Amino acid sequence: MRRALFAASAALLFAAGPAAAQQKSIKIGFISTFSGPVAVIGNDMRNSFELALDHMDRKMGGLPVEVIYEDDGFKPEVGKQKTDKLIESDKVDFIVGYIWSNVLLASMKSAIDSKTFLITSNAGPHQIAGEQCSPYIFSTSWQNDQTPQAMGHYMNQKGVKTAFLIGPNYAAGKDMLGGVASTFKGRIVGQELTKWPDQLDFSAELAKAKAEKPDAIFVFYPGKAGVQFLSQYAQSGLKGQIPLYTAFTIDELSLPLQKDLALGVPGAQEWVNDLPNDANKKFVADYIKKYPGLRPSFYGAQTYDAANLVASAVAATKGNLSDKVAVQKALEKADFKSVRGKFKFNTNHIPIQNFYLQEPVKDQDGNFVLKTVATIVEDNQDRFANECNMK
Amino acid sequence: MTLFIEQCLNGLQFGLLLFLLAAGLTLVFGIMDLVNLAHGSLYMLGAYFAATFAAWTGSFVLGAGLALAATLLVGMAVEVIAMRRLYGRDHLDHVLATFGLILFFNELVRLIWGAGGMSLPLPSWLNTPVRILPGVDYSAYKLSIIIVSLTVAAFLYVLVMRTRLGMLIRAGASNREMIGALGVNIKLLFTLVFGLGAALAGLAGLMQAPILTVQIGMGENILILAFVITVIGGIGSIRGAFVAAIMVGFIDTLGRAYFTDLLRLAFTKETAATAAPALSSMLIYLLMAIILVVRPEGLFPASSK
Amino acid sequence: MKWALNLRTVVAVTLLLMLVLLPVYVELTGSRFLLTLFTRIIILALAAVSLNLILGYGGMMSFGHAAYLGIGGYAVGILAFEGVTSGFVQWPVALVVSAAFALVIGALSLRTRGVYFIMITLAFAQMTYYIVAGLARYGGDDGLTIQKRSQFFAPINLSNKVQFYYICLVLLFASMYLIWRVVNSRFGMAVQGARSNDTRMRAIGFPTYRYKLTCFVIAGTLCGLAGALLANHTDFVSPAMMYWTRSGDLIIMVVLGGMGSMFGPLFGAVALLVLEEVLSGITEYWQIILGPLLLLIVLFARGGIDGLLGKVRHG
Repeated sequence: MRRALFAASAALLFAAGPAAAQQKSIKIGFISTFSGPVAVIGNDMRNSFELALDHMDRKMGGLPVEVIYEDDGFKPEVGKQKTDKLIESDKVDFIVGYIWSNVLLASMKSAIDSKTFLITSNAGPHQIAGEQCSPYIFSTSWQNDQTPQAMGHYMNQKGVKTAFLIGPNYAAGKDMLGGVASTFKGRIVGQELTKWPDQLDFSAELAKAKAEKPDAIFVFYPGKAGVQFLSQYAQSGLKGQIPLYTAFTIDELSLPLQKDLALGVPGAQEWVNDLPNDANKKFVADYIKKYPGLRPSFYGAQTYDAANLVASAVAATKGNLSDKVAVQKALEKADFKSVRGKFKFNTNHIPIQNFYLQEPVKDQDGNFVLKTVATIVEDNQDRFANECNMK
Repeated sequence: MTLFIEQCLNGLQFGLLLFLLAAGLTLVFGIMDLVNLAHGSLYMLGAYFAATFAAWTGSFVLGAGLALAATLLVGMAVEVIAMRRLYGRDHLDHVLATFGLILFFNELVRLIWGAGGMSLPLPSWLNTPVRILPGVDYSAYKLSIIIVSLTVAAFLYVLVMRTRLGMLIRAGASNREMIGALGVNIKLLFTLVFGLGAALAGLAGLMQAPILTVQIGMGENILILAFVITVIGGIGSIRGAFVAAIMVGFIDTLGRAYFTDLLRLAFTKETAATAAPALSSMLIYLLMAIILVVRPEGLFPASSK
Repeated sequence: MKWALNLRTVVAVTLLLMLVLLPVYVELTGSRFLLTLFTRIIILALAAVSLNLILGYGGMMSFGHAAYLGIGGYAVGILAFEGVTSGFVQWPVALVVSAAFALVIGALSLRTRGVYFIMITLAFAQMTYYIVAGLARYGGDDGLTIQKRSQFFAPINLSNKVQFYYICLVLLFASMYLIWRVVNSRFGMAVQGARSNDTRMRAIGFPTYRYKLTCFVIAGTLCGLAGALLANHTDFVSPAMMYWTRSGDLIIMVVLGGMGSMFGPLFGAVALLVLEEVLSGITEYWQIILGPLLLLIVLFARGGIDGLLGKVRHG
């Protein structure tokens, strides 16, 4: 009897029409790392997200926005737990963030199963671009391979004949080394994958590289590891002997610590702070104004874009987020002004974009900044798109 | 060949760092019969203090010195406030209580210093390579770790073997009730020993900080290794801790370096890279398990029982 | 079992009723998160119950119990990854492998006493952790996602949260009953006797080593079952499940709840995990309370929650 009464009242509630299903506010869950040495990345992402919200008066499609920030503690199982909490307890409409590929891989099933749209603003494991692509997963960053692939092209351009690759042994590290290997035309004389994130002592790997005498060393070490690596690279006497080519090792967050050690070391990136479009100029200028003493990094730029992407979809669907297909189509349109300039999604929801060569230089005030030196590739697509069968 | 020498030096350096940590643990264990899981927290505090003081004073060495003093004081305070009530109790009680202390210290650090961790940058005179042999460059800082650790080890040896305090320590390690019966001020002795252990742990923490990292929970991984070394070497024995620590340091470093190459002969680079550190860690635990089954008192037992 | 009318019994029965009726409450209020939380509590309570057998009743301080959570979990995870999704294969494998590990580890560890026993169980657990973390094929440190839960014949569907909750609850109750039977048997009495004085028991003629080993294997197997359940619950396994600090968490649950008591581990699991949820909503520094709380329990409230409840007498 009670069951029937319950069912009847429920039916009435739903019969009240779509007005009952209308959103009162937009709830966004944000997962990043806010503890430990890499907290500086999480903070940059949070700062950029907040700045984006400020720029849109904290409203998306006319509805107020509420963000819940959660810390994955740099661990896949914690990231997954927090993702579950955001979906089940906080009932968020979108999830944004994810620095680390392994955290994303552990967490995505929860988002997909619950049909919650997830925008990764950094992690780009090849699985989300290929066999595990989903209508609910979008990226405003890249697929991990794309950036090192660009670096591989550049190394070819520079006439590098032999290379030694070093990176951390987790999902992204493997992608990075694989990416370089796929475009680099020379011979790879050695590869080392180090224990991640514990191992911050690279003297053994550097010694092995030295022994092989390659033309160049390619390295991928995000966050603090990048600072450690450059420091040990100098300590081992390799600086000036064997040139370094990097991806994600030198950025606005690590550069203030790396200082002189980073000068002249090239890196590939899809966004550099001096890109000449209006959206970017506003982003960088306002970030420096709002957060004195700090400069935005590519992590932040990608997150800023993610905020604008979500806002564009909310606006296009007029806040009616229960129509998942409509939201998906709106997201796929990517109708927003990216700080990268032109921005377009591939069929697997990974951006098609340019990659630039960036180099650290000292500006006239004596600060270390990154400068765009050249465009390496234009409209680059990731190499896993044809493995994606999105239903 | 030069690579091998470098790896050996790395192994020695890591082993000596472990020794500093294990020495305090084995002393406390041997003399006060206290299982102190929170030893790793003292290690962490040493690193945090050093990072803070170095930033305040602008000098790495001064910061390190102040950090040592601070850790010593914290250690003594912890002994007086908490540890005293645990003496004579079951080891289970020790484990639980000190596990609780780990949680407490982790949160305390988070409260005071924030979640972001800290960094302890090296002064430039330490951040250069030193040519120790033709063709072999080794980091000046790591060399200094080796030198400092060996000096401390020598100092400990002199302290334990040649001073009256050391005699009391050795007597206490081999027969606790006796020294009490002989009228020695047990309370003071215990506080001093605990403080000494804390200072050693803090030294280990601050020395590895520039190489590895300063973050919450950094003691948990290395604490286990310290316990393993204590058991292998023999509870209460500094000499045992020294030998065991060097052994473990070598196994871990050389294992990681050469297992990868060995495994790569049969497996993919990815499999080798994942399995190698696991193998070298397993080897250490296996060694401890063997010792426990075959010679449970350890390699150099201190106890006369 | 004597059901004396004291506070302890009242609380225990109330808790049991609450657990049985939880899904109804969730259905009415729509707070699905509660169901997820309590499923996890039930599963970890099962692990705590298994630990209580050897720690509480047997006096064996194993600091490596979380290893069986991992072994059970990875049995399910690895088989699922390799295409074997049938629960009829996965769960028995989880149980058998856990039992085998417990047999080997127990046989070697039980030759030692006191702190050495603690250390050697810890060592074996860490070895298991490193073995699993070293398997690149199954994700290593990154862990392994389980795409499909254990399949049994219809209508059993583990993806149905309510069904899964009741399955876990039934298994918990069954395990508690099993432990009760073991503890109150002649065999169980001997093990408890060995906890207070092993030499005396052996002098009387009990083969304490064999008895303790049997308990150890039972405990390991039950914890392996908990591991299989946990893998299904989170659809994910990672080596972190068996890190030594996780064993510490299990020990806290048992001690907090009251070692060597029937409902102790259940009280402990509920108290700890509910406290975690509630406190972390209030302040992110809640663990600063948990630490000293543990210290205080060790010093003053040795019987844990169960002990405290038992002290309150009616009339």
